[in-house]
Amino acid sequence: MSAKKKRSTVPDVEVVAGNGLLHRRALLRSGIVFAGAMTTGAAGALTAAAAEPLTDDPWSKGPGAITPVLQQRSHFEDKVVRTLSNPTGKPATQHARAPLHLLEGTVTPNPLHFTILHTGIPDIDPDQHRLVIHGMVRQPLEFTLDTLMRYPMVTRMHFVECGGNSAPLFSKEPLQATVQALHGLSSCAEWTGVPLSILLDEAGVDPKAKWLVAEGADAAAIDRSTPLKKGMDDAMIALYQNGERLMPGNGYPMRLLLPGWEGNMNTKFVRRIQLTDQPAMSYYEERNYSPLLPDGKAYRFYFINEVKSFITQPSFGYALKGPGYYHISGIAYSGTGRVEKVLVSADGGKSWGEAALQGPVNPKAYTRFRMPWRWDGQPVILQSRAWDEAGNAQPLRADFIALRGQSKTVPNVLGFPNNHYNSLTSWGIDSKGEIKHVYA
Amino acid sequence: MSTHRLKALAAALLLTLAAAPSGRAADTPGLGKPISEADIKGWNITILPDGTNLPAGSGSPAQGAAIFAQKCAGCHGEAGKGGSARMLVGGGSLVAGGIEAEKTIANFWADPTTLFDYIRRAMPWPQPRSLSNEEVYSLCAYIFSLNKFIGENDTMDAQTLPKVKLPNKGNFIIKFPGQI
Repeated sequence: MSAKKKRSTVPDVEVVAGNGLLHRRALLRSGIVFAGAMTTGAAGALTAAAAEPLTDDPWSKGPGAITPVLQQRSHFEDKVVRTLSNPTGKPATQHARAPLHLLEGTVTPNPLHFTILHTGIPDIDPDQHRLVIHGMVRQPLEFTLDTLMRYPMVTRMHFVECGGNSAPLFSKEPLQATVQALHGLSSCAEWTGVPLSILLDEAGVDPKAKWLVAEGADAAAIDRSTPLKKGMDDAMIALYQNGERLMPGNGYPMRLLLPGWEGNMNTKFVRRIQLTDQPAMSYYEERNYSPLLPDGKAYRFYFINEVKSFITQPSFGYALKGPGYYHISGIAYSGTGRVEKVLVSADGGKSWGEAALQGPVNPKAYTRFRMPWRWDGQPVILQSRAWDEAGNAQPLRADFIALRGQSKTVPNVLGFPNNHYNSLTSWGIDSKGEIKHVYA
Repeated sequence: MSTHRLKALAAALLLTLAAAPSGRAADTPGLGKPISEADIKGWNITILPDGTNLPAGSGSPAQGAAIFAQKCAGCHGEAGKGGSARMLVGGGSLVAGGIEAEKTIANFWADPTTLFDYIRRAMPWPQPRSLSNEEVYSLCAYIFSLNKFIGENDTMDAQTLPKVKLPNKGNFIIKFPGQI
């Protein structure tokens, strides 16, 4: 935000941090950046390679395919898929991780949205599904999807993230894996639904009620307890995901959405909301989502997915093709509110430059950050660090590990040594352009 | 806003209030269908830590052992250990195990009611909610007895189960107390 002086003629871009991080204003003036990159020599030679004379390609010489009712992606994009932890459907949880390193912007397309199913995907007939609100209310009520369609709705961008996302970073050694493997249990979508407060008001909340216990229509009837305060704040019964009805794996035909809060609490297939004066201590709050601390104690009710960011490009799985200009891109979000700023370092945290945030910056939603960068071909360590509007900073790894600990053994990348990791992710790039996951 | 529009708004508000069914908040559509707690009973399986909603019935460790061998041991192992699913008996030191220690009923859980609730709700994996309340009490008695939280002849019912003491109770730190 500081140096806003005009540079109308000089073809140069200010270096804002070590190892070639450029001022974010370069993103608005790419021509100048490339002019600058040309002066580095090797990159100049690459970008200056002469183009071939143009002729028509085969697909330009006749009519294409017939228009389908439901669009499919280009088959050239077949590799952009989720990765499955349990593809054969063994009697265990099935995780599908979103390919965040292959996506841009802030919206996760519905077929690629991460899902975790503990007992498979129920095949719910939307006309038969019901939602009841009962317990400490004046009048228990039943809602059908048809009824809910007549209620006032809101549309908001929100991320959903598993409390166990990024768990591989609790490993004492950095696991060599993509953003998809490390952080793919997180996604962001535009959700449309009915504010839960309207439905609770209609049922008439007993002033002594303090919690709501939401339960799904899945085989395990997964249930979680949420403070009523959150239920009356920004919770919604979501019916639409990116403009269409929810994906079956994301809770079709309706789910509880608790913006910014631990994924498992966002009850999918929600069929029952019971108001109580105490938490139910369901299995998932009693055990799974109460993370252990190094001294043997454990956190209880770790509701919020705290401020986090990671660079998606370049990242593990990519390689840099020689020195020159690159565009660093990543995702930041906070369960507390809006992302305030993201800093990027190319020297392992010695110096930092402020990244450009792609607006609009929505609360409790993915925010895309970008940073122009001119790589000189020397080894670097790329990192990002986010702050949210409440002033929370993404913790540095040393501080985070001092508080939360790390694994004694090197876990499987699909394992969950602990949960609620929100420290930094570092990518080490060597002089050949190879990218490794490192700790810094 | 003009006086005319304010008057119109006030009139609309009065109409809404007048039209709202008695006992309902006036500012909601009022389309929820009243249902009785009795009609929700078939779905209302949540057991609260103070024992609220525990059903009638009881079970002993011996009864539980027979049911366990038949319906649970396939995944959880004979006597609750060594199976493909989580161990139900014993557990290492949480301090020695570090942050990735296996969290078990013995070393981690705090609320005995969670065991009844979860077994009845979600187990056995392929046939959730197929066990009778007697069977669930029996399995709880068996598992608590194997962990030495109750005696071999103690039975579990709506009165005794919530009183079972689990050793790790009290080792939890509320992460976001301000949110509750």
